[in-house]
Amino acid sequence: MTEKLGQTPSQTVGPYFAMRIATGEEYVLPVPVGAERIVISGQVLDGDDEPVPDALVETWQANPEGRYNHPDDRRDLTLDEGFSGFGRAKTEGGGFRIETVKPGLVPDPEGEPQAPHISVIIQARGMLNPVFTRIYFSDEPEANDHDLVMQRVPKQRRGTLIAKHVEGSDPTEYRFDIKLQGENETVFFDV
Amino acid sequence: MTETIIRHYGPRAYADHPPFNYPAYKSTVKRNPKQPLLSIVQTLTESTGPGPVWTEIVGEDADLTTNAGTGGQAIGERIIVTGRVLDEYGNGVPNTVLEVWQSNAAGRYVHWKETNLKAPLDPNFIGVGQCITDEDGTYRFTTVKPGPYPWGNHPNAWRPSHIHFSVFGNSLGSRLVTQMYFEGDPLLALDPIYQSAPEHSRTRMVAKYDHDVTEEGWATGWRWDIVIRGEESLLEVPE
Ligand SMILES: [Fe+3]
Repeated sequence: MTEKLGQTPSQTVGPYFAMRIATGEEYVLPVPVGAERIVISGQVLDGDDEPVPDALVETWQANPEGRYNHPDDRRDLTLDEGFSGFGRAKTEGGGFRIETVKPGLVPDPEGEPQAPHISVIIQARGMLNPVFTRIYFSDEPEANDHDLVMQRVPKQRRGTLIAKHVEGSDPTEYRFDIKLQGENETVFFDV
Repeated sequence: MTETIIRHYGPRAYADHPPFNYPAYKSTVKRNPKQPLLSIVQTLTESTGPGPVWTEIVGEDADLTTNAGTGGQAIGERIIVTGRVLDEYGNGVPNTVLEVWQSNAAGRYVHWKETNLKAPLDPNFIGVGQCITDEDGTYRFTTVKPGPYPWGNHPNAWRPSHIHFSVFGNSLGSRLVTQMYFEGDPLLALDPIYQSAPEHSRTRMVAKYDHDVTEEGWATGWRWDIVIRGEESLLEVPE
């Protein structure tokens, strides 16, 4: 094998990435035709359970058909014009909110469908590296149980990956808090 | 029948990155996960990522000395910063967005949370921009050299001059946010954020003065390459 180049070290995103995201103008994903808008909302919490007001939350997901807007996804599924699958929000007001659509089914490497999920990258002042997690949905208990990634998560920690449907919300809202440290720490993946 | 490509990415080189917990940088203490990271099966979710589509959304805006749009020039030492985005195997990463943000020449950010209020704002400088790498992975932008600024981590703490960089690359796992520093800065030895990276890898964040990049009568030049994770192997998965 050839000698690899060394990776450039990660550094904190710091408090000022927020300059790039105007308040109230967080990147809201356009809704593909015929799809229902959903909202993911939550807080990023530190080891004292205090909300982190300077986190950057980024999401990556498939469209409702399960297709990624990426050149490597060559499946014969419709790509929605304008739907990037990328969301980005800051937590300046104490929490984050991302308006999007529920993703469709994406196969795992064995060709079995994964449960609907959204990838999340979390960074903040005081975090020298990003952390990666996944959002699953509380109204998909069966699919979640059969999901290849979920199955590798110890049972008692799986709840940290499940966004909870907020009863009576319109548009449909899911609550997803991210606990950086301590009791009920969110499962973070070595992606 | 169409095939989908799952690129398998080599591991994040944890030994080359800072630890999550680095008490000399105080804010890490309550913001570092204590549980070990769980290894994931890399699926299409992980081998894809927002990089390519973000390039379609974000346009190039690579002259921070004028992009405040006031018609005036930013005050400070005008510099050109250029280099390549490479993967670990030495391949240039083409067509990917580099987002940058920085303080002005006096060490002040344009943000309501800014605490360095003794330093002046520059009406002709907003401190954000982005460029897109060419086929070769080369990027280039023009700005003013950011000033060092005080911060509250410890008594008389100063951040060395630095420019924040954000890049996605092609996959979720190639995401990198880092900071570029300037060769010869005496504050590097005193900065816990710079020092948080291991000794053997931290100099990879330091740009070098390059007289060939310098434009006569206009701007001095700095060169800095960024290395992100690369793909180890390809897996073709039938639909
Ligand atoms: Fe900074």
